[in-house]
Amino acid sequence: MKNNPVFRVAAKILFAPIILFGLYVQFHGDFGPGGGFQAGVIIAAAFILHGLVFGLGQGRRLVSARVNLWVMAMGVLIYGGVGVVSLFQGGLFLDYTALTGSVGSGQHIGIILVELGVGVTVTSVMLALFHAFAGFVEDHS
Amino acid sequence: MTSIMIDMFLLCLLVFIAVMILRTSKLIAVIVMSGGYSLTSAAIFVNLDAVDVAFTEAAVGAGISTVLFLAAMSFLPAEEKVSSKSGSRYSWMLIASIVCVAAGALLVLAALDLPAFGDPNAPAQLHVAPRYLEESGTLLHIPNVVTTVLASYRGFDTLGETIVVFTAGLGVLLLLAGATRTRRPHAADHTSQPKAVSRVGGKTKRGVAK
Repeated sequence: MKNNPVFRVAAKILFAPIILFGLYVQFHGDFGPGGGFQAGVIIAAAFILHGLVFGLGQGRRLVSARVNLWVMAMGVLIYGGVGVVSLFQGGLFLDYTALTGSVGSGQHIGIILVELGVGVTVTSVMLALFHAFAGFVEDHS
Repeated sequence: MTSIMIDMFLLCLLVFIAVMILRTSKLIAVIVMSGGYSLTSAAIFVNLDAVDVAFTEAAVGAGISTVLFLAAMSFLPAEEKVSSKSGSRYSWMLIASIVCVAAGALLVLAALDLPAFGDPNAPAQLHVAPRYLEESGTLLHIPNVVTTVLASYRGFDTLGETIVVFTAGLGVLLLLAGATRTRRPHAADHTSQPKAVSRVGGKTKRGVAK
């Protein structure tokens, strides 16, 4: 697929809008359908499209496996970190109201941070799965 | 009325796709049709006003799963192997259909005991759901109740889910990356050499394979 201009142009045009839509789904989860899981999958789809069209080598250069592994753990750490911070603020674990002291802002900030953690982990896990499967094929064929 | 008709049409489509999946032996057709199955399920969820679930089903079931299945399919032959012994095949089909009918009958029997769809007095609507629905918009100022339940009221569960996703990713990486490393014959011999050498070796090998 690397040398087909239709695929290359389409992938280049679609790459940024897909990520933009993923970010919209990520941060609009409070007000509409969406959230970390869906946004993570959508953003990963943009990178997978890039990998499918431009080859796995280019995809691995864009997001290296080592960085991806760190990002994967980072998402879980963001999620757990919000819980620990609320613990230190005097609340219960994952009690977002304790983050700022008021229900409205605390819950908003807590949910956005937690969804960000979910989104980051899901994106990098999906990308890692794709790279692992496709890389396994490429290394063994 | 139209909602019920759309539901019936989509459910019939699901059965049709399932039968088609059973009848074909080409694996790529099976994967593409299971993507279609997920998309049809997503349409059913939209019709049930479960937009968040539909979104997830469309993105994960129809999108990513199809791509991952396609990537995994390249290990397999293009066609499913059909067993030659027709006698044993029919006896297995008989057993399978008896089990299917029995399990289906039990499920229908159990479904008769469920409260009617949308029943306001169903136990699920009376426990904590009213509190979530009342508080989410007015107290927390977050209109999407699904998000408040997922991230706030049930935040601990979602932390567990995230860890499950993380662990699944780690497991696949360990299995597949471990397999690629053991297959490289000279990787074990150069343990004393600097890392860059074995990396260059891996790259050239990959280049040859292309």
